Amino acid sequence: MSETAMPASFPSPLRGGVRGGGGADGTVALDPALPPPPAPPRKGEERGDTGSGYNFAYLDEGTKRMIRRAILKAIAVPGYQVPFASREMPMPYGWGTGGVQVTAAILGRADVLKVIDQGADDTTNAVSIRRFFAKTSGVATTTRTAEATIIQTRHRIPETPLSEGQTLVYQVPIPEPLRFLEPRETETRQLHALAEYGAMQVKLYEDISRHGHIATTYAYPVEVAGRYVMDPSPTPKFDNPKMDDCPALQLFGAGRERRIYAVPPYTRVRSLDFEDHPFRVQEFTYPCALCGAEGVYLDEVLLDDAGRRMFVCSDTDHCEGRRADGHVGTGDAA
Amino acid sequence: MYVAVKGGEAAIDNAHRLLAEARRGDPAVPELSVAQIRAQMALLVDRVMTEGSLYDPDLAALALKQARGDVVEAVFLVRAYRTTLPRFGASVPVDTGVMAVERRVSATFKDLPGGQVLGPTFDYTHRLIDFALAAEGEVQAAAEAEPRDDAGHCPRVTDLLARDGLIEAAPPDDGTPPGDLTREPVDYPADRALRLQALARGDEGFVLGLAYSTQRGYGRTHPFVGEIRVGEVAVDFVPEELGFPVPLGRVRLTECQMVNQFKGSGAAPPQFTRGYGLAFGQSERKAMAMALVDRALRAEELGEPVASPAQDQEFVLAHCDSLQATGFVEHLKLPHYVDFQAELELVRRLRAEFERKSEPVEMQEAAE
Repeated sequence: MSETAMPASFPSPLRGGVRGGGGADGTVALDPALPPPPAPPRKGEERGDTGSGYNFAYLDEGTKRMIRRAILKAIAVPGYQVPFASREMPMPYGWGTGGVQVTAAILGRADVLKVIDQGADDTTNAVSIRRFFAKTSGVATTTRTAEATIIQTRHRIPETPLSEGQTLVYQVPIPEPLRFLEPRETETRQLHALAEYGAMQVKLYEDISRHGHIATTYAYPVEVAGRYVMDPSPTPKFDNPKMDDCPALQLFGAGRERRIYAVPPYTRVRSLDFEDHPFRVQEFTYPCALCGAEGVYLDEVLLDDAGRRMFVCSDTDHCEGRRADGHVGTGDAA
Repeated sequence: MYVAVKGGEAAIDNAHRLLAEARRGDPAVPELSVAQIRAQMALLVDRVMTEGSLYDPDLAALALKQARGDVVEAVFLVRAYRTTLPRFGASVPVDTGVMAVERRVSATFKDLPGGQVLGPTFDYTHRLIDFALAAEGEVQAAAEAEPRDDAGHCPRVTDLLARDGLIEAAPPDDGTPPGDLTREPVDYPADRALRLQALARGDEGFVLGLAYSTQRGYGRTHPFVGEIRVGEVAVDFVPEELGFPVPLGRVRLTECQMVNQFKGSGAAPPQFTRGYGLAFGQSERKAMAMALVDRALRAEELGEPVASPAQDQEFVLAHCDSLQATGFVEHLKLPHYVDFQAELELVRRLRAEFERKSEPVEMQEAAE
């Protein structure tokens, strides 16, 4: 896919690059049913593109270019937080404005978008963001992880392994892994510049001496490409191993804090730990009550006020896929 | 039994329809018009314009109607609209020295060129509920006076003080275009222009509280209101193709110049220092609070110790924006069950270990 073939389709230069310059496996033909793309907007005339009164995917092209530059820098320096001029979005700060801006900047007409929150496609905020892009860009949406080219997520990484050409966009509330150890940005930027991460190791050590375990269960800090310590966003540490050597591009957007960072495909992502206290993920005692899956992240659902509960897959697409394939759980309360 | 949370789409649709109905309220009561809000809730409209960073009274009034009177929500609507507007450039700096003054008071001089003009103010009213307003009676027309001889000439108090060198000179305009924190991320330390932008957009309540804290000893600045003025000023713009300024229109502003504790050194005689506040419409509380916090934030520049929240620019700038604050506080309403599950798992494991450790002791006690 080249820009000459689709002059006004705002193809994602990033994923094109990841696919090796476009053309090969990542090529997506224009759906002939789509109306011809309008002429590229002139300065100050970006509106009216989707009939909604707003530009394709809401943001104006100048803003998208600014965000793409930040994304490219972020990819070039894995794990480094790149400041960007975050815009005011029509959803509140803290509700995914960073992820939404990153998605808007990389979204092309041929993309297929999936949005999840807590692993599920049907949680209210995921519905809201998916609708936002359906309305402002008209791109196809899906709940199937394997079918999506862009997956915007809050708090989870899908259970289905991601593949080359896919982009995972994380919504990030606090991008700075050192923030709760040092509240000042002027200080934390220096600490990163000097790769001075001793305070974080001390914090994890204090956890062990106090609780016998590292008591960080989500937003568990990782070291990216052997250099920057990065906040993986508040995903449970269960998902940390999926970030390592992942074939997909991982982009992180923090709107309120105005930072973008990235993990390029096939990059080493190491969860911080100690030799005598190696990193471990959560283990669940029961399989999913609906599909019987083991080794996946589960949500605990309370059934009554007498303590009955059941555990079900947090990743609804994964669970539905398994059930469609005939897997059955006990359906019982644990 | 299938219990995973389903039905988000239908629930959102229904909630929004219910919201629309609640916004309208009792259909037997006539609907508020945007013009009514603009005219009769004028100070609220001014606040929404100020914190929304967009001078458009009709849009602000509409936002208030849509937001059911929730100020932060209305600011949100205005900001989300503003962010989509194309930028043609920046206007010529407005000159508040030639403002068509509706109100102008100084606390530092009993009388001064241009005079004291009370204008429409709550000051000196008795805050007694006026039950006659509930009866929607006619309003008595305001009295009119002959204009003063010097009415057209209303120099700023700070200019009068500066003539004698009693107050620090206004920082000269070196032609550097001011930054725009809506277009560039803030890089600390932020310069004064950026700090003033942040304060102008900042939540009135938050900025007011910070300003108040400086009066109570947390970064004291010994302020006097040099003057507050409210009125319209002309906005000029220089189109590139013309090369000379053309008037775009007029905006109503409130400006506050605080005159603060002096500063001097072996090299320079003592001088008063400045704190500056500017807001859209009539927003005196905001302009005053902004001026106090502006002065407090100059602590480092003026060689004062930075020890209080109002003097700490990272603290003030990172937290004064009502949209950032409300968004992040209210996001706690969003589902967090994945993270909570992770915490639950850890707490259960820790509790199990705790019980295992204390078991032998219990058995011993049982044996005894």
